[in-house]
Amino acid sequence: MPATLAHEIAELTGEHIVLVAVALSIASLIGIPTGISLTRKEAWRGAVLGITNVVQTIPSLALFGFLIPLPFIGGIGKRTAVVALVLYALLPILRNTLTGILGVDPAVVESAVAMGMTDRQRLFRVELPLAAPTILAGVRIAAVTTIGTATIAAAVGGGGLGVFIFRGLASVDSSEILAGAVPAALLALAADGGLGWIERRFARP
Amino acid sequence: MEPAIAFRDVSYGIRGKEVLRHFDLEVAAGETLVLLGRSGSGKTTALKMVNALLTPISGDVYVEGKPTREWDPILLRRRIGYVIQEAGLFPHYTVARNVAVVPQLLGWERDRIDARVDDLLSRVGLPPEEFRSRYPRELSGGQRQRVGVARALAAEPSLLLMDEPFGALDPVTRRDLQLEFLALRSTWTKTSLFVTHDVREALALATRIALLHGGRLEIVATPREFLAEKSGEARIFLAALEDLPEA
Repeated sequence: MPATLAHEIAELTGEHIVLVAVALSIASLIGIPTGISLTRKEAWRGAVLGITNVVQTIPSLALFGFLIPLPFIGGIGKRTAVVALVLYALLPILRNTLTGILGVDPAVVESAVAMGMTDRQRLFRVELPLAAPTILAGVRIAAVTTIGTATIAAAVGGGGLGVFIFRGLASVDSSEILAGAVPAALLALAADGGLGWIERRFARP
Repeated sequence: MEPAIAFRDVSYGIRGKEVLRHFDLEVAAGETLVLLGRSGSGKTTALKMVNALLTPISGDVYVEGKPTREWDPILLRRRIGYVIQEAGLFPHYTVARNVAVVPQLLGWERDRIDARVDDLLSRVGLPPEEFRSRYPRELSGGQRQRVGVARALAAEPSLLLMDEPFGALDPVTRRDLQLEFLALRSTWTKTSLFVTHDVREALALATRIALLHGGRLEIVATPREFLAEKSGEARIFLAALEDLPEA
């Protein structure tokens, strides 16, 4: 493998990781608090989950395309890529936060209330610790799919490993495609393994 | 003397179905009043109104002379011990931390909490050095329920609510815990409201039994008077007792 290719792979992998990390962080910062508030506001649950579900069904290439003409969040570049990736990552994180908290044993929740915990104490001392493995599983699923979807970000100038793939597609060069696809697959496996390990650590008290 | 708990014309319903109708009952300070009834008779609903887990649709529940509507529910609950079936222990807390929950909420000093936890664990028959750092999943059902009782007693409440606390236990363990409850009770002056559908348990533990049927209070009687009942729901419960071969 020529040194320039190795260098480019390293560089684009780094770009890819940053893209995914930024998108995942934003999606978690939005998704987890939203999921928590949905456990308190049953009336909004259907609507919010419905919207995130619909976003999930938009083909990713089309979503990137839709974003291009939009002001502020759209255009060509990394920002558009991040916005699209956040939209995709939101659903698994939001849904797992919701099901994780609602899945806490009702007897345990009732005990927390009956012992005189405030809503906040119940959330931070009981519900979130017990829902943590499920919430982390949501982040893990989001991470794996975002690593894959992020390859499409290159189509809107977002950079990352997708650059190889689109270039390979344009020049019908399968080794270029592999130079993007293989590191992306390895990244996904690493993220799955790493976050899975953290998840199991949380599952044990 | 003012009753520790008083239900005054309390009604409650969910989705149009009446669960409790014009319920009146006074629980005297220091007594163990057992709410006995079949499933759906309204006994758990009545219990949960005392610590404001439920609020009456009409009427009022008075705790220490003050309606629960006027209590700050958080403060009220911290003054009342609560034990439920399957204990409802926090699975991510050790036994010691589970027992310490309410004292911690009340901001007790670390040393005072530690001493209290050890004292309580010994009193419910769990040697502290052996059980303090275990997790609920490492305990048997009976041991979990003992921790549940210790947790309810932790902040020295004068009032104890028990919702079928021994219902999920095997008969031998249940008997053990009932006897220990009686032994504990002789050492304190707490008021307990105890829910069960087990007439044998009611007769063994109660100073008075309140029998509920279809959301109404049928009779209030001492165990001796209850045994002498000749009619109604009480007779049905007693008949169920007699159908069984004597233990």
